[in-house]
Formats: sequence, C-alpha cells, structure tokens
Amino acid sequence: MLTLIGVAIVVVGFLARFNPLLVVTVAAIATGLLGGLSAPHVIAAFGKAFNDSRYVSVVFLVLPVIGLLERGGLLERGRMLIAGIGAATGGRLLLLYFVLRQLSAALGLTSLGGQAQMVRPLIAPMAEAAAENRLGPLPDRLRFLIRAHAAGADNVGAFFGEDIFIAFGSVLLIKGFLQQNGIETQPLRLSVWAIPTALTALVIHGTRLFLLDRRLAREAAK
Amino acid sequence: MITLEAVYWLAGGVFAVFAVLSGLDRQNPKRLGNALFWGLFATSFLFGSRLSDLANGILVLAMVTIAGFGGLGIGRPATTSTEQRATSARRLGNRLFWPALTIPAVTLFGALVLKTVRIGGVFLIDPKQATVISLGLGVLAAGVFAAILLRPPPLAAFQQGRRLIDTVGWAAVLPQMLAALGAVFALAGVGGAVGGLVSHALPADNRFAVVCAYTLGMALFTMIMGNGFAAFPVMTAGIGLPLIVKKFGGDPAIMASIGMLSGFCGTLMTPMAANFNIVPAALLELPDRYAVIKTQIPTALLLLLANTLLMYFLVFRF
Repeated sequence: MLTLIGVAIVVVGFLARFNPLLVVTVAAIATGLLGGLSAPHVIAAFGKAFNDSRYVSVVFLVLPVIGLLERGGLLERGRMLIAGIGAATGGRLLLLYFVLRQLSAALGLTSLGGQAQMVRPLIAPMAEAAAENRLGPLPDRLRFLIRAHAAGADNVGAFFGEDIFIAFGSVLLIKGFLQQNGIETQPLRLSVWAIPTALTALVIHGTRLFLLDRRLAREAAK
Repeated sequence: MITLEAVYWLAGGVFAVFAVLSGLDRQNPKRLGNALFWGLFATSFLFGSRLSDLANGILVLAMVTIAGFGGLGIGRPATTSTEQRATSARRLGNRLFWPALTIPAVTLFGALVLKTVRIGGVFLIDPKQATVISLGLGVLAAGVFAAILLRPPPLAAFQQGRRLIDTVGWAAVLPQMLAALGAVFALAGVGGAVGGLVSHALPADNRFAVVCAYTLGMALFTMIMGNGFAAFPVMTAGIGLPLIVKKFGGDPAIMASIGMLSGFCGTLMTPMAANFNIVPAALLELPDRYAVIKTQIPTALLLLLANTLLMYFLVFRF
C-alpha cells in the first residue's frame, strides 16, 4: 500500500501545477525508497528507463526544418491558401483533418499525422486563418481554443483509428496477453471489435468539431 | 544497417548545436541554464548507450535541477520580419509546403518499403525501429529540400529550431521522464497494489457493475500510468478475465478490445500522457498547459460511457 504514495504525489503535484519534472522525480524516488530499493538503485533504474525511451524525443528533430520553413513564410502561405477557399471554416477544416487522420490510422498510416510534423506547422495555423477569414480578427482566447482543438483532432483521430489496424502495437499486446492466459484469439477479431468504438468516436468528436464553428461565431460576437 | 543509434547521434548533434548557440545568445538572461540543459540532453543522445545506468540517472537529476527551479529562459534568435515572410510566401507559393510534407511522406515510405530492403542479406534499416529511423531520414530529406528552396544563412535552421525547442522548454523531456517513472512504479509493484485495491472494492455479482468497474478502471488507471498498455495487463488480470470472461462467460476478444479503447479515453484526459497532451500545448504556445486536455475531456467522457454500454451489450452476446 505504501508504494501508492508515488501516485498520490503525482496527482497532487500536477493539480497544484508544480513543475512536472520535479513532481515526477520526487514521486519516483519516494516510490522506489518505500518499495524497498536503495537510493542508488532507484536513480539507476530511473536513468536506465530514461535512456531506453529516448526514441520518443526523436520527433524534436523536425523542429529545425519546421523553423526554417516558418522563417521562409510557411504560416503566411497557409493563410493565403485558406483565404482562397471560400468554403473553409475553422471547424470544417479540423473536421476534415480528423476524419482523414482516423481513416489513415485505421490503414496503419499513423506517421501521416503528428503534433510536431503536421499540427504545429500546418493544421493549427490554417484552422486559425480559416476562422479569422469568416469572423474577423479573433481574441487570443478563441485562437488558443482553435489550436487546442487542432491538437485534440490529431489525438482522437489517431487513438481511435489505429486500433483497427491489425498490426498495431496494442492489438499485438492484447493477443500476447490473452495467449499467456491460455486464450487464443485472432488479431482480426480484435480489430473488428474496435470498429464500434471507432465509429462512435467519429460521430462524437465529428459532431463537436462540426459545432465548433457555431461556438466560435457566438463567442466572437460577444 | 542504419540503426536507432545513428538517429540518436543525429539528435545529439542537433541538440549540441542548440546548446552552443544558446550559450552565445546574449538576449537570453538565462543562457547558461539553456546551454547546460540542452547540452545534457545532447550528452544523453550521444553517449547514453555507453554510460552506466547510475550515470544516466545522475544526468537526468541534473536536468531536473536546472529546469525544475526556473533555470530555463527563452532564446530570441534573429529572424525574418512579418513583411519579409509575406514576400517570401508570395514568391515561393505552395512550394513552401513540399518540404513540410516530405517528412511524413518519407517516414511512411521508410516504414512500409525501406523496412523490407536488404542489401547483401543485411537490412538497410533496422526493421524493429523502422518508423523512428524513417522519421530521422524524413527530417534529413526535408532539411536538404528546404535549404535548396530557401537558401537560408548557414545556421538559420539551428537558430529557428532553438527558438521552437525553447518554447517547448522542460516539457521536451517530460515524456521520457514519465516513461522512467513508469519503470520505477513497475519495480516497486504499484500495478499489483492498484489491482488488489480494485478487486477488493468490487461487487462481483452484477454484470453491469463488473463491466463498469473494468472500463472505468481501465480509464482511471491509464490516467495514473499515462499509458493504456501499462494499465491493460493489471486491470484485465484483476477484473476482465476472472469476472467478465470466466464468471459471466463474456467474449475475451470483445472484452480486451473495448477495454483497451476505454484506456485510450483515459489517455485523452491525463497530463501523464505528456507527448500527446502537454508537449502539443507547448508547441502551439498555449498559455494553459492543460488546454489540450480540457478540449478533449467531453469527447473522452462521452466515449467512455459509450464503451461501457457497447461492452455490456456486446460482450455477453457473441
């Protein structure tokens, strides 16, 4: 039971908005020590896992390229492009991206999207520009709302699309786990039963993005 | 064979340049903090595989000490003006998009095609790490493409990259820190303790209550661990298999599939899934670090409810 103190530290630390790096470090050391490990053992385990997961940070390699393109006017070009499409609105553009993201993830093409590669340089600024073309200059609060929705569309589309693809990690993890417990399943069956949730996600999040334009118009008029 | 280590060398090199340029930036009052922080990150990429676990741990603690006590500032390298950007955008037109789209295109090509290429019996890229390696190749291709198109001054790419990584700041290492926390949790047996807690508190004689406990438990435990993959074995061994499958005769594939997706609803609501929720807020320069989570919560809760009903109506029927 004492080992759960780390979970409590994380919850309280994040809610109180302390620096997350400090919160995580304190939680890890407290959990390790209470779990009976020595201090050097905890620090070594922490260092090893940090080192083993360096692959998650490789995505920051895109920043010099994105920065270079932004310096050359990428965001401005995105706005010009959107201005030429009369039917474009913030909500519709995000809805289109969300549907394409979910479809491509379902086909195993998850690397077509991504927060650093697609959302920051292309999707978020274009959605912002589309909304401003319709509604005029928006207050910061609404521009931030559109950006947050751009990030959300990428996440929801990917999470509830990729599980339909039979070679995705979670499908294989489930198969392996059930196998260890003496249950044989076909990956295809796991994929098929991810479809009802995927369709529900499409309807729920699609509706929210569809309604986003109305919300923006209402709040911009205030 | 191109391995993950080669991509780490590339990343280490880029962060080392960020560190040097940060150290020379007189506009940033905390330039030494930035130089040290990105320098340590570069060290981790370049030499992490050769350092001992303890040395890697001490390196992490040093980074936390710098960032945790406000040692990071934001560099402001010289850049183009709004007018210059508009002129450049008009001149180059939609060609500006091509380098940006090269990154996902090459990543995809690598992950699908290059992965299978062998030269003299040796794989061209390590197939186990194909996506990450292909991302590295995509960045290189896009960088060359952008340099030819834009003809920027020599260090411009690194100065602009430094501007962006400084806006991300400490959040850049949070995903790795959380993976490390997960490892310590696993060593100390946190999963088992939570699983024990849940199966004690559970009324095991009602189908609907059991399904609710499983889907909500998956979401909640995923929020704590930041990752549905960590929650799945604990919750499924604690509730899913013994109760839904063995006691009430539910279908294991439906239970597992919808159970995992209930976990993903938790992923949408937790700062512990930093690479999806916290890093994007920083990349998009949102003042509220929880802004992305807040926009995702309504979808996540509705979908969690839907998952619970779907499981209840499907799992005992097929």
